[in-house]
Amino acid sequence: MSDLIEVTGVSKAFGGVQANRDVSLKVEAGKITGLIGPNGSGKTTLFNSIVGYHPIDNGSIRFEGQEISRLRVPQIARLGLLRTFQQTRIYSKMDCVQNMLISLPHRQAGWGSMFTPFEPELMDKAEHLLEFVGLYAKRRLISGDLSFGQQKLLEFAMALMNEPKVLLLDEPTAGINPTLINGLIDRLKRANEEFGITLFVIEHNMRVIMNLAENIYCLAHGELLAEGHPAEIQNDQRVIDAYLGAH
Amino acid sequence: MTAKNKQLLLCALILLAGIVAPFLFPNYTFQIAVLWVMILFALTWDIMGGQMGYNSLGNIFFFGAGMYICAVIQIGLFYNVGDYTSAYGAVKVDFTPGQYYLGLVLGILASAVVSALFAVIFGWIVFGLRGPYFAIGTLGVAIAAGELVGAWDWLGGGSGISMPTYPGEPDDRALLFYFLCFGSAVATFAFLRVLYATRFKLAINAIRDDEAKAEAMGIHTLRFKIVAWSIAAFFLGISGAIYGNMSGFIEPLEVAFPTVTFGIFMVLMALLGGKGTLWGPVLGATLFHVIKEVTWTHLLGWQWVALGLLIIINVVYFQQGLLGWAQEKWPEAFGIRVDEPESADDNAARRAAE
Repeated sequence: MSDLIEVTGVSKAFGGVQANRDVSLKVEAGKITGLIGPNGSGKTTLFNSIVGYHPIDNGSIRFEGQEISRLRVPQIARLGLLRTFQQTRIYSKMDCVQNMLISLPHRQAGWGSMFTPFEPELMDKAEHLLEFVGLYAKRRLISGDLSFGQQKLLEFAMALMNEPKVLLLDEPTAGINPTLINGLIDRLKRANEEFGITLFVIEHNMRVIMNLAENIYCLAHGELLAEGHPAEIQNDQRVIDAYLGAH
Repeated sequence: MTAKNKQLLLCALILLAGIVAPFLFPNYTFQIAVLWVMILFALTWDIMGGQMGYNSLGNIFFFGAGMYICAVIQIGLFYNVGDYTSAYGAVKVDFTPGQYYLGLVLGILASAVVSALFAVIFGWIVFGLRGPYFAIGTLGVAIAAGELVGAWDWLGGGSGISMPTYPGEPDDRALLFYFLCFGSAVATFAFLRVLYATRFKLAINAIRDDEAKAEAMGIHTLRFKIVAWSIAAFFLGISGAIYGNMSGFIEPLEVAFPTVTFGIFMVLMALLGGKGTLWGPVLGATLFHVIKEVTWTHLLGWQWVALGLLIIINVVYFQQGLLGWAQEKWPEAFGIRVDEPESADDNAARRAAE
């Protein structure tokens, strides 16, 4: 299998705080890869580095073999590398269908396409994806009025609408009640299997990530601590120490 | 009657009223013409301020730019602009009807195009600013433009320019400029109505709601912002060109770049009617203009107090504007409702059948 994302020796410091130090990891195409680590271990910083939110100090980030560490956020998004936010971000004054429609892929968007109307096929796709996440009945409500969990589902549906090759999910289950979480795990797996989207997931909920991911990386204090299958990670003494505070 | 037909009927009634108004109320032709200019102001301000969330206080710049560009074309086609302006209108320069109309048409076209170009150039600079900084930055552009033109002798400086005189009867002149104002406002509305049915509207709405998210989704944000401002500038340039000719005399501070009157009015009118909607600015501009004219006539001396009161009531009690308030009160009438969960497949089939 080929590696879709290849992070090599990435370091990032904010003033005196070394958020990432010499991190190297790979995200395999077509699989679900997990990223765990205690609070403040640099997971979100790494995500931000990958999607071009800030420049990195050292190292290289490749997407499909292409160096992307110097590209800007929208350019990387148009390559097919998309992220969702830890603090859910949607277009809060628009209704759900509008949120979906404008999330269409902008890969080949030329100047002329700025003024094209929405084709019926796009509308169909938007509604089917809303049905997929269970928001179909609420499609005409203003998205800012939805509950937090529903907003997370909407953000996920918007990401699917964009047809990314890789989706970086920053804590997809944070703030969602346990019953909804099972449905969400199921949908993440289906997005991976049916739509063929590679997933790279930050998650604190161990039950979720152990069920979901095929390969897991663990960060601690900005450095890569361990890598392996869920079972290996669960039994790794260094990971257990990191979570229990031995470091 | 469906909602769409109702809107068409409303549009037809407004069009009809606009056409017969100058014949029914010939004494008010100028005031009604200004009303159409106000509607154009509010509509163009709302593209950025309402739909895109960029509150520009400097849109009046394009109005003044259009006014001066048109004047330069009208005069420069046949005379030396510097000689013309240095005479301060004391030397009566005659334009033949052919020269007058050619200058007017070319002048209006040039104002539209060059104003839009100005928006592209300034857009590259000021779109790095966000929120209140953008408002102040754009205000700076408008104020600086007024001062620059005021110091530019070739353009008549602070003494302004007497526009070429209309070669005909005063009544015909009033009607010509009335219908130019009316036509430009209707064209702006029609253009925006079509534009707001495309991807453009949702993209600039997305920029309004969360620009960082829009970037993370791959939207070409800078492209949309610059085009949005250029569209506003295009129509404002036209309206400036027409307004300058209608008033007959232009000068930088009070007529061309009036930041504290027209420049602020366009913001207030959009806020009053309901920003971010198509009809809100129209409603707001109409109400505002009528209230302004009535208080000017019947409350002379207190007119600014009355306007101030209107602004306070607007900002304290109707922050969403009249239409926004109506939408909060009757969301169902605006299509905001929970739908019975039929399936997406059914809907897709229905759309295919249509």
